[in-house]
Amino acid sequence: MNIVVAMKQIPDLQQIRIRNRQPVFDDVPLTIGDIDKNALEAAVNLKEGTDANIIVLSAGNEDVEDTIKEALAAGADEAFLILDDDLEDAESSQIATILAAGLKKMDDVSLILFGEGSGDNYSGQVGSRVAELMDLPQVGYVSTIEVNGNVAKVTRSLEDVEEVIEVELPAVISVMAGINEPRIPSVTQILKAGKKPKEVLELDDIEIDLGAATIETNSNLAPESDRKKIVVKSVDELVEKLTAENLIGR
Amino acid sequence: MAGVLIYSDKLNLALELITAGKAINDEVTAVAINDEELAKGLANAGVKVLSVANEAVNVADTAAVASVIKELAGGVKTVLLASNRRGKELAGRLAQKLGAGCLTDVSSFTVNGDKIECQRNALGGATVATQVIVSDKGVIAIAPKSFAPAGEGSGSIELVSLDVSSKVKVLEVKAKSADAVDIEAAEVLVVAGQGVNSQDDLTDIEALAKKLGGEVACTKPVATDKKWLSEERVVGLSGKLCKPELAVLLGVSGQVQFTVGIRDAKTIVSVNTDENASMNQLSDYVLTADLHEVVKDLNSKL
Ligand SMILES: Cc1cc2nc3c(=O)[nH]c(=O)nc-3n(C[C@H](O)[C@H](O)[C@H](O)COP(=O)(O)OP(=O)(O)OC[C@H]3O[C@@H](n4cnc5c(N)ncnc54)[C@H](O)[C@@H]3O)c2cc1C
Ligand SMILES: Nc1ncnc2c1ncn2[C@@H]1O[C@H](COP(=O)(O)O)[C@@H](O)[C@H]1O
Repeated sequence: MNIVVAMKQIPDLQQIRIRNRQPVFDDVPLTIGDIDKNALEAAVNLKEGTDANIIVLSAGNEDVEDTIKEALAAGADEAFLILDDDLEDAESSQIATILAAGLKKMDDVSLILFGEGSGDNYSGQVGSRVAELMDLPQVGYVSTIEVNGNVAKVTRSLEDVEEVIEVELPAVISVMAGINEPRIPSVTQILKAGKKPKEVLELDDIEIDLGAATIETNSNLAPESDRKKIVVKSVDELVEKLTAENLIGR
Repeated sequence: MAGVLIYSDKLNLALELITAGKAINDEVTAVAINDEELAKGLANAGVKVLSVANEAVNVADTAAVASVIKELAGGVKTVLLASNRRGKELAGRLAQKLGAGCLTDVSSFTVNGDKIECQRNALGGATVATQVIVSDKGVIAIAPKSFAPAGEGSGSIELVSLDVSSKVKVLEVKAKSADAVDIEAAEVLVVAGQGVNSQDDLTDIEALAKKLGGEVACTKPVATDKKWLSEERVVGLSGKLCKPELAVLLGVSGQVQFTVGIRDAKTIVSVNTDENASMNQLSDYVLTADLHEVVKDLNSKL
């Protein structure tokens, strides 16, 4: 049984600087989205005590080959990568088409795990689009997963209720942020990661038509902020300032 | 069918979608699935409702719901969904079925000729992107509370039947512990971050919030990892976007996914032991101190 985990390479958001309201990506290290790491950890937990095989699936630019080592160190058994420098700015519908094409080249896939949203775009579309392309059932915002034969019992956590759902396999499941504590790989695991099998394809190898873009971005700017940034030395001084602004003691 | 089709299984959100829909096109049609109350509520807001009654379609089955909406979407150019969890999950699937472009978490838009220019947070909330769907059809998921709910009107209900099958079975629905707090409406928020040592410290923090006439809110890990407070109280990208008069942040580092939820506050106070915390750059008053001491002090002084 193969468990596929879709993971996206993103810039480390904490290190993006803003200049003239524009995000600056120079020298920002690449990493994998936090929620995608939760998805991988869920797969690793499911694997324990079974003979399941975990395949990390990712589409992106050439750097992914390096970035994905983090996932191989943290428990994925192999990587399936579709790389092209044009994929850096590809939109959700195109990424989903590519991932689905990759999935169709794999055998015996019973679960395809996604994050509820990618770290940078956080639009929550790719998993649902892949489910549709593969004609598979899906459950999103999942907090627990249990596999029993050819069904999975999962908990979908909505704002007001939790739904316990039984879904036929193969299925697409997207996990909720923070459902587990992704393991930090040891040095040996990191060293071993480089030797794990990797299948690297180019766009031409999967023979798909990316289709026309459906989204145009007119602008992407940081909101203006003009905070006072007054450093106060004590609670007394804080109380005094807030009282002067009529914010307390009203 | 020209116009806009709207769907959410939650009446309050569907009413907001009607208002958003009318800003795009006068002709707004709503969908209700196995929910007569919802259908009535929507008709009372003045729109035509396509009411589907088919027990095989469970709203928990995203694939089935997407099939139903696709059938009903006919010649419609734009489908509006709510950007709550259910709606976001549905958005991608429906868009793929319709061959449509899709934007989620849209907090506002302007209609410019036949283009709907949508605003949504990007890069984890560090930026706001203005994006337009350029394909023939579009699916837009609107963030809750971005539009006022539609007022009363007289609409109509049309019953429709459809054939759909399901691979998903709902075994049980459990209510989450109810926390009726509305942090988006609070004038003052005291926000507990991971700098708070223990759940016991929340008692003092609650007392402070009360003295300031506000509510306790928190960062995401305080609710989801530590489970000290309910998810209803999370401020940020995956929580609530708040605009209080005063926000007092206690032990909050200020990562983008959090700050996006508080940047519209009028006055921000940051209390942090780290004078270089990112939050301090985005605050009006900065106090470098142990939050536990500060809370005790404030409680005795106010
Ligand atoms: C897709 C996505 C969505 C997310 N959505 C949200 C969201 O909606 N809301 C959200 O909050 N987060 C969200 N996050 C998580 C976010 O990235 C941060 O992890 C989180 O905001 C950090 O919370 P924190 O500031 O409480 O904790 P930390 O980053 O751990 O910061 C704790 C702070 O407390 C200070 N401190 C420690 N001890 C004391 C003391 N005694 N007194 C005073 N200060 C002290 C420390 O100096 C530090 O600055 C999201 C993440 C992702 C990937
Ligand atoms: N380029 C990509 N490669 C692999 N997986 C991806 C990619 N983009 C998105 N995903 C997966 O889809 C999920 C949702 O992404 P998004 O729709 O961008 O919010 C992510 O959490 C990943 O699991």
